[in-house]
Amino acid sequence: MTAFLVKRLIIAALTLVLASMVVFAVMEVLPGDAARLMLGLNASADQVEVLRNQMGLNAPLVLRYLHWAGGLLSLDFGRSYTYSVPVIDLVRERVVVSLPLALIALALSTVIAIPVGVFSASRQGRTGDTLAMGAAQLGVAVPNFWFALMLIYLFAVWLRLVPAGGFPGWGAGIWTALKSLILPAVALALPQAAILGRVARSALIEVLNEDYIRTARAKGLPYRAVLWRHALRNAMIPVLTILGLQFAFLLAGTIIIENVFYLPGLGRLIFQAITQRDLIVVESIVMLLVAAVILINLLVDFSYAIVDPRLRARQ
Amino acid sequence: MTMRIDLPEETIAGVLAKAFGNRSFLIGLAITLLIVAVALISFFWTPYDVTRLVIADKTQAPSWAHWFGTDHFGRDILSMIMVGARNSIAVALVAVGIGMGIGVPLGAFAAARGGIVDEALMRVNDLVFAFPALLSAIMITAIFGPGAVNAIIAIGIFNIPVFARVARAGALAIWPREFILAARAAGKGMTRITVEHILPNIATLLLVQGTIQFALGILAEAGLSYVGLGAQPPMPSWGRMLFDAQTRMVIAPWMAIFPGMAIVITVLGLNLLGDGLADILDPKSRRRR
Repeated sequence: MTAFLVKRLIIAALTLVLASMVVFAVMEVLPGDAARLMLGLNASADQVEVLRNQMGLNAPLVLRYLHWAGGLLSLDFGRSYTYSVPVIDLVRERVVVSLPLALIALALSTVIAIPVGVFSASRQGRTGDTLAMGAAQLGVAVPNFWFALMLIYLFAVWLRLVPAGGFPGWGAGIWTALKSLILPAVALALPQAAILGRVARSALIEVLNEDYIRTARAKGLPYRAVLWRHALRNAMIPVLTILGLQFAFLLAGTIIIENVFYLPGLGRLIFQAITQRDLIVVESIVMLLVAAVILINLLVDFSYAIVDPRLRARQ
Repeated sequence: MTMRIDLPEETIAGVLAKAFGNRSFLIGLAITLLIVAVALISFFWTPYDVTRLVIADKTQAPSWAHWFGTDHFGRDILSMIMVGARNSIAVALVAVGIGMGIGVPLGAFAAARGGIVDEALMRVNDLVFAFPALLSAIMITAIFGPGAVNAIIAIGIFNIPVFARVARAGALAIWPREFILAARAAGKGMTRITVEHILPNIATLLLVQGTIQFALGILAEAGLSYVGLGAQPPMPSWGRMLFDAQTRMVIAPWMAIFPGMAIVITVLGLNLLGDGLADILDPKSRRRR
């Protein structure tokens, strides 16, 4: 068990290092001179050269990578070219929108998907199952940003229950702020819930055919107890795997959904940075999101050990 | 998931009989053929010319003249959806091609060689998996600028590890089998065995995965065009149409409703087709039902 976790940890660290090299290399080959961008077109070649030296842009490639990567470790991403503030300050401002959004969506999707999966698996082949899985099949096919537009039309334009977009900031009160995250979270969560529900169902059906389930029933445990306590726990491994993968999609999804709802999150920031060619911001956010994906998948591996006692016993 | 197409019961007639008895396969196939047909017809005929702007006809509600209404430039939504289908299909198809063309040889090679080569290839896989398609699209766009080709590359790159994994897992299940041993005894090399025996036996697996990735590709392309990283105007694309619709939701909701439905129906059809194919071709998943 420990060996498994150590191996996963090493792989995750290695992936992170390789990913940082890829991101660095991509930004290296980009046309455009950061120093020139900061000084504007009127600056003389000498001025640009002085700034290039100050910024360390003339240092050898390997040194620049090490400097950049070392900065990442201490959360020092450098300064934004266009805003002239440390990138970490920009990120800190925006992450308080993106992260809660992704987490609410993840929680929502799990809360919907698991009961639907259990419901469907316990009524396999019957009308309820067919209807639920039909709905799930449809849910998988719906693009979240289109679903978001439909939600805006229904709940913001027509019923006027929630704001159509924008974010008042957490300072405006938790409920006011949460209200503007409800629709984006639902839009993100439902298509994911459809995928998760299908996985939960098929994992459960597989488990329900096992001998120990029959044994549990035979010793007189009620069906409900067997389903929720014995079967669900054993079906958690595929569910957790998908959950980890989904977090990556959710993070990417927030980038798009934030643009639908005009939320001032990381997604909006990255698109602004692209149009302004503020590459260090693009680079930093990409790196942060990639790190988050790697970290989540590592946590999923660790959680296997908690959920599955068989893995723990193998210590 | 092991698959055996060399079982005696798996005759072509048998597979066909199963196909005609499988509801999701039939519905999925019908929808997929319909969408492909619409895209092909759009090359020769659309109800209106999508490049002509008729401002007098702008944001008209659905009517007999314009079944799905018109957009803010007076273009016919139905015609634009028809032309947009081309773009969606082309992007997703080429992206699947890239994923298969690179991923399958890599996966098959990893399975055949094993050891360090396998481990190294799988680590590269992990690396690519850490970049969601949207993130690689953003990076590629930052370098080359937005466009349909860059969307294809971004989605294609994301498909590579998917196919590599499926091909590797499938190949690993075939390698220990007796007929492979026989082929090796007959003096066939690794490459020849892979091409002659492994690939035909994992073809169905790849077909099913290909259908799923095709559907995901259409969703991804729509997402990328929606945020402006995909096909550029005036080329109609479903995602771009939704972007244009967003600020006009109150006055012209049909601009959002119909392109969205086109995406949903296409993806639904492909997913049903994939599910149906998996049921028909994979003995294990059939038992599970």
